[in-house]
Amino acid sequence: MGTIMHAIFQPGFFASTPVHAALLTGAVVAVVSGAVGVFTVLRSQSFAGHSLADLGTLGGSGAYLLGLGPLWGFVAAGVTVGGAMDLFGSERRKSRDVSTGIVLGAVLGISALLLYFDTTQSSTTGATVTILFGSLFAVSGYTVPATIAFAVLGLALLTILYRPLLLSSVNSDLAAARGIRVRLLGLVFMMVMGVTVALGSLIVGTILSPALLIGPAATALRLTRRPVAAMALAGGMGLAATWLGILLAYDSYRWPPSGDGWPVSFFVIALIFVGYLASGLRTRRTTHAAQTAERMPHELIEVA
Amino acid sequence: MIDTWITASVVAVIAALVGFFVVLRGAAFTAHAVPNAAFAGAAGASLIGVSSLLGLGVFSLGGALGIGLLSRRGRHDAVTALIVALMLGLGALFLSWSTEYAPEIYSLLFGEVLGISANEVGLTVILALVCLAILAIIYRPLMLSSTLPDVAEARGISPLRVELLFLALVALATTTAVPVVGALLMFSLMIGPPAAARVLTKHPAPAMTLAVVLALATVWIAIAASYQTNWPIGFFVGTIASAWYLLARAWAALVRR
Repeated sequence: MGTIMHAIFQPGFFASTPVHAALLTGAVVAVVSGAVGVFTVLRSQSFAGHSLADLGTLGGSGAYLLGLGPLWGFVAAGVTVGGAMDLFGSERRKSRDVSTGIVLGAVLGISALLLYFDTTQSSTTGATVTILFGSLFAVSGYTVPATIAFAVLGLALLTILYRPLLLSSVNSDLAAARGIRVRLLGLVFMMVMGVTVALGSLIVGTILSPALLIGPAATALRLTRRPVAAMALAGGMGLAATWLGILLAYDSYRWPPSGDGWPVSFFVIALIFVGYLASGLRTRRTTHAAQTAERMPHELIEVA
Repeated sequence: MIDTWITASVVAVIAALVGFFVVLRGAAFTAHAVPNAAFAGAAGASLIGVSSLLGLGVFSLGGALGIGLLSRRGRHDAVTALIVALMLGLGALFLSWSTEYAPEIYSLLFGEVLGISANEVGLTVILALVCLAILAIIYRPLMLSSTLPDVAEARGISPLRVELLFLALVALATTTAVPVVGALLMFSLMIGPPAAARVLTKHPAPAMTLAVVLALATVWIAIAASYQTNWPIGFFVGTIASAWYLLARAWAALVRR
């Protein structure tokens, strides 16, 4: 029994400080991402969510250049660009898609320049890789309280806005008829998403952050039609994937080929992806009904 | 220098033509996803020591078809986001195994236009011609199903088949372009000029021509500016391609008034 435990939890796993910090901040990010992600998926804004993570790169590389803390760079970029994307776009899905793409293209270009300055001015060339991929194990002590503060802020905003946001996500015409300011609400939501994703980019890396936002939420919405249950389920699944990923990554220091360990983000994303595929098996029988249900949460009837 | 100029021009033409359909179909996210998948493929190919072009091709095609098939059930945009994440996760894994230096990763993402050999010119031109040929063959059904999906379906054009063919085309265009201009630039070129052209005219032929002209202008200005300043070409392509769209929107707003 002891040997099995040792094989799963390598010696030192529970004593390692980086692991503690990673488990804690990873959990915070996973829970907030799950909650925000349900709305992201309901509103079909996955592209915006993904882009915001890429744009976090801009903030990260800019802050690196100015010598500021990356947290502020990430958060500032998330809020600004999230707002810009929403103001640019319109209600039509296709034009929203294109306007998100335009903003993303411009910002990636600017990021390229900032990263170039980072790599030429400092002698370390690792900045590109660190900013683009991030690592849970690189979380420094001071970011932990700040992360929790931003996460609580995001969840609080989501709680306050819950009802009007849900109604406008599912049926914006109905929401507008009821006197909800749909555009303003959309803008605020984009900013909340911007902060969430930016935070995620900083803590878990630019590639893992949108995966945590969208993967668990899309899976949860396939399993339940209730938004609150979906948010809880998404948070839980994100948390499970993150912790399991951290455990596997810690174990992987003993795996081939190099002994440097495999990246955490790979494990977490793979787990999320497998979860999504598995949830599809369950809904296969009721494909069409499930697809319509995905768009129409149960609670809508109560709200309306 | 002349090699750079030729290759970048060829890539711009392909990007503008394929990008026209990307904008028409509202598939910008897919156009962003496929080059990212290609990036993972290049990282994997360098790991096992095969030609990076093979890795690019296999991964961009795999990613594109994965998006097409999985989104039959479930939300298109959520599926795309998951596939991108998976591909980038694989890319991170391959990079952690390999001993590539950071500058090489950087050039795969942001392009290395100023270091193109004569060898690569020929390959790019051949792939571009294949791309053009496929586009010419599927032009009519693709156009019909992008603009009037119901009519297309009534005429017996399968939406899934068109979607998969279109995704394969995006994958091929990406394979052509990524070694030259990088994963991120390919996306900018596919979105900016065609979106600007679509704002200015709704007719397909003038819009496609205008998109090609704008894309060519983008890369030419970018090459010249990058040569002068020594700044990365990705910066110039990304910002100029988006600037066209802003200018087109401003122009359209002025005319409407």
